[in-house]
Amino acid sequence: MTAVPLPYRVVSNRPETTDTRTLTLRPVGEALPAFAPGQFAMLYAFGVGEIPVSVAGLQDGTLTHTIRGVGAVSRALCAVRPGTQVGVRGPLGTGWDLPAATGRDLLVVAGGIGLAPLRPLVQAALSTPRDHGRLNILIGARTPEDLLYRSEPDGWGRPYCEVTVDRAGPEWTGRVGVVTTLLDQAAFTPHETTAFVCGPEVMIRATGRELLHRGVPAQHIRVSLERNMHCATGHCGHCQLGPLLLCRDGPVVGYDRAEPLLAVREL
Amino acid sequence: MELGREVSFPAGARIFEEGGRADHFWVIRDGGVNLDVHVPGRRSAVVETLGAGRLLGWSWLCPPHQWHLGAEATSPVHAWEFDAGEVLALCERDPELDHALLTYVVEVIGRRLRAARTRLLDLYGPYGSGSPG
Ligand SMILES: Cc1cc2nc3c(=O)[nH]c(=O)nc-3n(C[C@H](O)[C@H](O)[C@H](O)COP(=O)(O)OP(=O)(O)OC[C@H]3O[C@@H](n4cnc5c(N)ncnc54)[C@H](O)[C@@H]3O)c2cc1C
Ligand code: FES
Repeated sequence: MTAVPLPYRVVSNRPETTDTRTLTLRPVGEALPAFAPGQFAMLYAFGVGEIPVSVAGLQDGTLTHTIRGVGAVSRALCAVRPGTQVGVRGPLGTGWDLPAATGRDLLVVAGGIGLAPLRPLVQAALSTPRDHGRLNILIGARTPEDLLYRSEPDGWGRPYCEVTVDRAGPEWTGRVGVVTTLLDQAAFTPHETTAFVCGPEVMIRATGRELLHRGVPAQHIRVSLERNMHCATGHCGHCQLGPLLLCRDGPVVGYDRAEPLLAVREL
Repeated sequence: MELGREVSFPAGARIFEEGGRADHFWVIRDGGVNLDVHVPGRRSAVVETLGAGRLLGWSWLCPPHQWHLGAEATSPVHAWEFDAGEVLALCERDPELDHALLTYVVEVIGRRLRAARTRLLDLYGPYGSGSPG
């Protein structure tokens, strides 16, 4: 991990939805060490500021990030033109740790932008089908227009992938409902399953409870928890959740550790 | 299951309408069903999709025995259909069945209530991001 950001050039900036874009970055000189799926980078928009963003793709020596423009820095990053430079620190945080799920069924559950950190995990799982059991990818989005990588889930292929939306427009012919309803259709053996869950905290809680109820062991439910980050090096305490510093001990943690913390009000 | 009879609905069939008399229910064997709510002057809004193994309809269980939502088959549906009156009459004679059925239906209602509650929150974005600007 480097303490100072290394310069990366923006190779492409592709729109995903009205407020979300996918950037592909390539090192200008020295490259950062390899990222693992689930880890994140601190992305620096020169002159504006730095924010944590998960890796959403790791192919060809490039870094891919999908960013939702919600404030000053994320909007500045969404607006970067190809050819310009950004600063990158990383790899940071814990990853999904797919190798620890060897031989088990895989259940990937994503809510909204939570699909971004899960994308490199899905790509890794698809490229090593013999290392694990059945793969299920369950995706929930607010509306059909909010779906990320719209061309890709088809590429991930049925029977793996199911999508549901909260609110359907007239054009939508797919499923409607919360993402947990897709669990009924997924084929997995609960106690032999490792689940990877990322989305807003309410969705993580609802999914975690449902998976526990169905018999997936808490330590095999891996969830990604996000808190505002500042130093991302475990020093400033900005990202604290109970005893955890999420920039260092997270963002990916087992639900056995996460559940009691998520149940507490106002941490 | 003696009371259930096999039925099928073609894709696009309206299985029941909001406000109609709720005197049957179904357990879906395969296919998909959209539950929708009537929006005056507009297309109905779909609120949930049900698939294989799910209970379709619970309004028959409690007064006023009218459907809360409408239901439409999104693909060819095969289901077990039950007559609510027959089932309720059987339940009166068989307290064990009555208890099992109630437990099951209450769990389904609980699940839909939780799902509805989760969906009322701005599920998939940071706080406040649901409104533009
Ligand atoms: C480990 C980690 C990984 C992340 N990965 C991604 C990613 O892949 N893609 C992506 O788009 N975003 C990701 N984020 C969230 C991203 O870092 C925030 O959206 C960003 O920090 C907002 O900064 P800003 O200066 O643009 O907005 P600000 O002006 O700081 O905030 C604008 C609005 O966003 C809210 N906000 C700020 N930070 C967060 C946060 N962490 N979570 C939820 N709401 C927040 C604020 O409360 C405010 O309402 C990640 C965050 C963490 C901690
Ligand atoms: S962000 Fe500073 S301690 Fe985690």
